[in-house]
Amino acid sequence: MSISAGEVRHVAELARMALSDHEVEELSAQLSRILDHMETLRELPTDDVEPTAHVLPIRNVWRQDTVGESLPPDAALANAPERRGNYFLVPKIVER
Amino acid sequence: MRYEMVVGLEVHIELSTESKMFCDCSAKFGGEANTHVCPVCLGMPGVLPVPNKKAIDYAMRASLALNCQIAPFTKFDRKNYHYPDMPKDYQISQYDKPIGSNGYVVIRTDKGDRRIGIRRLHMEEDTGKSLHEGVAAGSLLDFNRAGVPLIEIVSEPDIRTAEEARLYLQKIRTIMLYTGVSDVKMEEGSMRCDANISLRPEGSSEFGTLVEIKNMNSFRSVQRALEYEAARQQSVLESGGRIVRETRHWDEGRGVTFSSRSKEEAHDYRYFPDPDLVPLEINQEWVDEVRRALPELPDQRFRRYVEEYNLPAYDARVLVEDLALAGFFDEAVAAGANPKAASNWIMVDLQGLLKGEGKSISEVKIKPSHLTQLIDLIEKATISGKIAKDVLVEVCFTGKDPESVVKEKGLVQITDESALIKAAEEVLAANPGPVEDYRKGKKNAIGFLVGQLMKATRGKANPGLANDILRKLLDGSV
Repeated sequence: MSISAGEVRHVAELARMALSDHEVEELSAQLSRILDHMETLRELPTDDVEPTAHVLPIRNVWRQDTVGESLPPDAALANAPERRGNYFLVPKIVER
Repeated sequence: MRYEMVVGLEVHIELSTESKMFCDCSAKFGGEANTHVCPVCLGMPGVLPVPNKKAIDYAMRASLALNCQIAPFTKFDRKNYHYPDMPKDYQISQYDKPIGSNGYVVIRTDKGDRRIGIRRLHMEEDTGKSLHEGVAAGSLLDFNRAGVPLIEIVSEPDIRTAEEARLYLQKIRTIMLYTGVSDVKMEEGSMRCDANISLRPEGSSEFGTLVEIKNMNSFRSVQRALEYEAARQQSVLESGGRIVRETRHWDEGRGVTFSSRSKEEAHDYRYFPDPDLVPLEINQEWVDEVRRALPELPDQRFRRYVEEYNLPAYDARVLVEDLALAGFFDEAVAAGANPKAASNWIMVDLQGLLKGEGKSISEVKIKPSHLTQLIDLIEKATISGKIAKDVLVEVCFTGKDPESVVKEKGLVQITDESALIKAAEEVLAANPGPVEDYRKGKKNAIGFLVGQLMKATRGKANPGLANDILRKLLDGSV
């Protein structure tokens, strides 16, 4: 099973990764090999196996609805690329 | 060719929990920017989200109220996309196993009742808020809302007119208010709506190409946007064009939809089960517990008003659609008021007063028991219906009980014949014309004279008694 350069570019775009032509070529070969391996796995009979939603056999973990302490704004904003007052400042988000 | 619109709506509702969906930050609306945030809702590495039990219960309650089935096994998935208001770069949502599915609501249209299917109801988390206006340097982000619990309610494409879309939304809103899971305020964004709309020739059973519309901020803008978009698609089709599958934004000011996100980017979310969150197993016992806690819902209340109290359907609907007003009515009836009388007073006088003052029932001082007492005073003929209207206004503003108002202001109805006779004689003496008319056989001239007598007693005369006395005086039998 092969994955095309176009598909690699599409996935890279979705992941916001800039790839050189060389990397696209390299990755499409690597990803194809991974998919080949999946094809091999697919040969196993799994008709009677429930899809796995989680690897741990644990269910129903939750917390009660109580409010705890939030971060002080300076801590929350400590890693912000830039801030204005208590807001994170990011490059202009453009619609359309 | 005549076309019909095929519409499905996606409604997002913020749940009224104290804390967020996956962390214990406050879920309260507003607050100073980035003061309700922590490493979990800021998407910092290595944190562990833990779901809010109340949010799950609320999602189940909403599902049951919308006649959905509850999934015995459900889980959380990651919906992957990049947007600056979502710090993790994925939203925790539910993909193939939503907590609720296969429900419906019934809406009342001009053409009768219509059942609108609900395909699914799932849990997810809200995004942060971005501000663009008036900031030259870029966009500002506030993550207070990020991680607030949401439910998304997806309808079947059963809606055929913009009006039905509005009715559907109103119904969803009322049901959510009744269940108490959300305050459903469109203006504060705790209820939001996106629409999927396509056109097809009337009578066809095929589906046309779908367009998604976003950014509609009121019931009215949903209706307007759908009307606009249907007209736009129709003119594209009629000029031989093709509808492009895309997302369009509603521009409230210009009254148009415009194309936004490019289609390659949209709908490629690469969902997968969130490994940070273990699945949920919901047994029948849990479902039953949530079902038992369900309050009376709008449709049930409507039936009770019509079938048990014989209220007209219109009145019943007006009451049912206003939770506070319906509660007021129920309490007045529980305190012993005649249901029809109580409904009439609420529908006409109380509503009129509230509209005039621009207030809600909780903002005036009248209590349900006051209405019961007022109706009782009329039934016992202590005051006339006309005087009662003034008493109602007084009670609304002062919060005094009607009996005290009547006593203080000396409004007790004159039911004593001797007290009325003198006033009646004066009225007759002052109005020789009508008296003559009556005696000549124009019997309905008495109406005018009764009016004069009521006026002379400032409304305190018992109208039936006033009528009797005048008649007797005129007929010379006193």
